[in-house]
Amino acid sequence: MGLKHVNAVVVGAGAGGGVVAKELSEAGLSVVLLERGDWVSFETHGQDELINQRTTVLGNAYGPDDRNPRVCESSPGNWKIVMPNEGEYGNNAACVGSGTVSYGAMAWRYMEKDFRMRSTYGAPEGSTLEDWPISYGDLEPFYEKAEWEVGVSGDMSTNPFTPPRRRPYPMPAFAYNREGLILDAAAKRLGLHPFPIPMLRNSVPRGGRNACVHNRYCCGFACPNNAKNGTQNTVVPRALATGNCELRTRSIASEVAVDERGFARGVRYFGADDRAQYQTADLVVVSGGAIETARLLLNSRSRLFPNGAGNRHDWVGRNLQNHAYSGAYGLFEEETFDDVGPGATIAISDFNHGNAGIRGGAALCNEFIRPPYGFSGMRPPGAPRWGRAHKDFQRRFFRRCGVVQGPVQEMPVFDARVEVDPSVRDHWGIPVARLSGNRHPHDMEIGRFIASKAELWLKEAGAVRTWTSVPGPTQRGGQHQAGTCRMGSDPKISVTNKLGQVHDIDNLFIADSSLHVTNGGFNPVLTIMALGFWVGHHIAEGWKAGKFT
Amino acid sequence: MKPIDPAPGEQTALSRRAVLKIGMVGIIGAAVGTGSTAAFARLVRSPRPKYRFFSDEEAALLIDICEQIIPRDDVAGATDTGAINYIDRQLCGVFARHQQAYRRGLESFGRTCLKQYKAPFQDLSAPVKIEALRAIESGVAPTELWGDPSPRAFFNLVLAHTMQSFYGSPRHGGNRDYASYRMLGLDYPQLVGQNRYAKA
Repeated sequence: MGLKHVNAVVVGAGAGGGVVAKELSEAGLSVVLLERGDWVSFETHGQDELINQRTTVLGNAYGPDDRNPRVCESSPGNWKIVMPNEGEYGNNAACVGSGTVSYGAMAWRYMEKDFRMRSTYGAPEGSTLEDWPISYGDLEPFYEKAEWEVGVSGDMSTNPFTPPRRRPYPMPAFAYNREGLILDAAAKRLGLHPFPIPMLRNSVPRGGRNACVHNRYCCGFACPNNAKNGTQNTVVPRALATGNCELRTRSIASEVAVDERGFARGVRYFGADDRAQYQTADLVVVSGGAIETARLLLNSRSRLFPNGAGNRHDWVGRNLQNHAYSGAYGLFEEETFDDVGPGATIAISDFNHGNAGIRGGAALCNEFIRPPYGFSGMRPPGAPRWGRAHKDFQRRFFRRCGVVQGPVQEMPVFDARVEVDPSVRDHWGIPVARLSGNRHPHDMEIGRFIASKAELWLKEAGAVRTWTSVPGPTQRGGQHQAGTCRMGSDPKISVTNKLGQVHDIDNLFIADSSLHVTNGGFNPVLTIMALGFWVGHHIAEGWKAGKFT
Repeated sequence: MKPIDPAPGEQTALSRRAVLKIGMVGIIGAAVGTGSTAAFARLVRSPRPKYRFFSDEEAALLIDICEQIIPRDDVAGATDTGAINYIDRQLCGVFARHQQAYRRGLESFGRTCLKQYKAPFQDLSAPVKIEALRAIESGVAPTELWGDPSPRAFFNLVLAHTMQSFYGSPRHGGNRDYASYRMLGLDYPQLVGQNRYAKA
């Protein structure tokens, strides 16, 4: 017997899908929310540095598991199978809430120019740099919704570069920790404009949940007192509370069924018992993250779309982006460590735009607390990595260091991409994602510029020894994965229109970072949530007007 | 705070916990029939192997390598804190893919020392041990004794795993008595009012 027909299936209960499910179920649609992972809790792995979503040497705390391999191009023409805890896998998470359970929770709005990168800077050769089809102004009310409905603590009054907002943050900003205070004074001496990082964490009790207790380990970990705001403890429960939304966990989507007339009919998936299911619906929203969303579309072949849903012009899976994180490390004589977590407290936005010879740039933030194993790899070039010198370094500098890094905005590259592998399949027999391609060379130029600014800041703060770090060329997405189903007004060079509606499949939508034309010089999650509200709002409006049935 | 795992040297004798477990098996065995009682008798008589993956000889060599990576000074080192427990345990779990690298790498390294220094690694003086490890860290080794892993890859593997054992959670078999957290002055777990040991 088939499953009961519903109005909407949403694939993925992460930052985008959780929001869309809530918007649609509040608008009165019956919704099935499919999530490949399960509910997770802090207690399973606690504050284990070797099993979390950041350091994964013994596995991912919050998914996915080894039933979900991928394939990567390790060198030109050589493909290898990679597991979710390996770096090249480009993992985010797989659980209810996805990355929002364990993220560092920085809550950035992209700036106005981040939506107009091509018209501001021009595309460098070899890049598909483009403007978004929507402006910051279009998205502003939806950023506001994300800040208020999920919950952000912040204060932008000392950041002259912040884009305009109509409403303040719902919660006051967090105070600086010791590292933040040292960097604050130094930034002011340099004429920079420091401000507290906006965070999707409760600075005060809110929504029936606690205020943050400043645990040492936060980024990469679930919150032990539920003070970190993800979709799993905000919008998903609200969706379920409407009575209109059914969440099915451990449900692995394999295909969006597209009919002979070019309409989505529903989603085929494997349930918790590994049995094949087919959930029909009036409309489908895909929110699997930039890699899994592209994979699902590419695996959804039909007569009208033999190369995958929405892939008539070979743009699905293209332009995979992340952030070319660059920055600097500094060693101090004085103690910088006060064990006030999560540690990242201060930022500057002075170098996001307006840098000579550079397209865009990045926000610069002090880094989350460096845990002991991670710190064992933090050494100046040429320093001994082991022996007595190793222990001495740990003892001397664990509490006397500073790290400043920035999520460098990348230039999209057409050949940095997600495909489906022709032979490798996952536990359920679904062709897996395969990843290939490199960053644009300009990303490393921006990276070196940003790293030099970070180093300057640390030196002014009193660092006696500094060194910089700029990533290599390999592009595999990762937690900030984006761009693989970009929105645009020209169907020949984009996958969806500005509402996240897949070109030529009127009842198939995307709501996640796949839509990002460019990925901003900031952590992307608030923008993903805002897009969830944006797409969800327009679907609900269309629904009221009688579309999709 | 009790060690999470018995130290390697303690494993030949049955720990109190193991005796308790066996006692329970015996009681259940007695209840269900003689077959189980026989199994219980076998369990008590058979000597317990020291390691899950390593032979005693491999373990002795690896313990000494790990100790050079994190030596004991006024704070415990790799041996004291159970680096071998961590690596041995993970090799039969999530590190199963590294089994051959350890088996071959230890063999190659042992033979390298015999060739270069005419003595097993464990018999070398402290400065020579460090010299021997620096050589393989930088990839300098007799090529005929090494294949996959390369000297450098083998060293980096052991280095990473030794660091993980020392700085990771004791629940994985290393960092006995939270030695590294004491060394860094870190409460663990960091939950207000629930420190598990006296601060360093």
